[in-house]
Amino acid sequence: MMTVLVCIVRRDLLVATRRRADVLTAVVFFAVVVSLFPLATTPDAELLRNIGPGVVWVAALLSSVLTLPRLFSVDHTDGTLDQMLLSASPIGAIVSGKIIAHWLTAGLPLVVLSPVLALQFDLAPGAMLALTSSLFLGTPVLSLIGAIGAALTLGARGAGVLVSLLVLPLYVPVLVLGTGLVNAAGAGLDTSAHFMLLTAMIVSACVLAPWAVSTALRGAA
Amino acid sequence: MSDAKLLHARSSVFRYASPVTFFPLAGKLSRLCGVCAPLLICVGLYIGFFVAPTDAQQGEAYRIIFIHVPAAWMSMFIYVVMAFWAAAGLVIRTRLSGMMALALAPTGALFTFIALWTGALWGKPTWGAWWVWDARLTSELILLFLYFGFMALHASIDDSRRADKAAAILAVTGLVNIPIIYFSVKWWNTLHQGASVSFTNAPTMAASMFTGMMLVTVGFWLYSIAIACVRVRSLILEREGSSPWVAAYLRKQS
Repeated sequence: MMTVLVCIVRRDLLVATRRRADVLTAVVFFAVVVSLFPLATTPDAELLRNIGPGVVWVAALLSSVLTLPRLFSVDHTDGTLDQMLLSASPIGAIVSGKIIAHWLTAGLPLVVLSPVLALQFDLAPGAMLALTSSLFLGTPVLSLIGAIGAALTLGARGAGVLVSLLVLPLYVPVLVLGTGLVNAAGAGLDTSAHFMLLTAMIVSACVLAPWAVSTALRGAA
Repeated sequence: MSDAKLLHARSSVFRYASPVTFFPLAGKLSRLCGVCAPLLICVGLYIGFFVAPTDAQQGEAYRIIFIHVPAAWMSMFIYVVMAFWAAAGLVIRTRLSGMMALALAPTGALFTFIALWTGALWGKPTWGAWWVWDARLTSELILLFLYFGFMALHASIDDSRRADKAAAILAVTGLVNIPIIYFSVKWWNTLHQGASVSFTNAPTMAASMFTGMMLVTVGFWLYSIAIACVRVRSLILEREGSSPWVAAYLRKQS
């Protein structure tokens, strides 16, 4: 089972390196959206410090949604997904592998980029660290929940817009806890509760999401 | 109960899992509930608007409670029932379950919208704002989005069995998420500011207020059953269009 998982992750990463534009587009989108907010409001440092965490988080959510359709649709179109589902390997491992690869290509770059964007919003070093760690814990949940949406909309009409309607409401708890962590860190409060709840979300999503994705994919294929 | 009796009781309930047998039952239910619902709602609203005493703190504005609270209860209750049918469809794979879930969704969305709208109308005179980012309001808004997502997903997949299945997975995912959303939002709100209005500290309710609210709630509940049955009947006719009994039924109607 682990071999299947590792194999799928390596294969998807290889595909991603061959189509670098797909990965880069989402990262650039993230950076552009974040940079637009100071232009839309004011360059006032006090205000930017307050809205910064929320803006970065919302941009991460949108960027994640943007990358979701490519999670299964390319493999679905050329028939690879059908072959994977027909194979003897456990479908849960295949799905988990694809989700991990999605996080590595769509989530991790945002985590790495976030300290730079935090500078734009004049965040203190403590808040910057909190932002990066909250994204590090939160983006896997986004990939896990998003995969459910991506699997459900596979082959549906207008899948791109639909997936955002399905997935964004389900992202609310992650958004609340993620920004809550940064705000609490900025205010000098104890953040261990946020860390624990975000970790709890990863754990429960790891258990439930692959099952839901597998069920949805079996229905779609 | 003996095994034979149990088997009989089970078969008599599961008999209605088939669209053919459920179709006439849904017709009877929709007529019965469709007559009772307006009566109960009218009596409940009469008690609410003319019999119930004026609230000491909120004046007459509180009277929207007789629509607002039943609608809010129904919005959540219908989602649970919808997710139940969706889960039943996933587990025992009856055709009717998916249709039931689909038939309930628009009514649930309607009650959610009514709850939000009347809440805004109530909030303006009492809190001085159409909208506050209270945990309940925010969760109710997200509930509305979940209903929209369910209906949009179902509408975008042409094959009805596949659409049922996909929408069912979404409904169950939403059900798991609703408590998490509620508590996260509640926590988020209390982290930033104290709740501006506390529902729990409200003065205990007069008996006539409670009666009115309950009558409207039961009325809304019967309305939901009636309208869902009407919708299920249409769905059955649409999907079973090729079967002989539908053809016979339609000939009899025309």
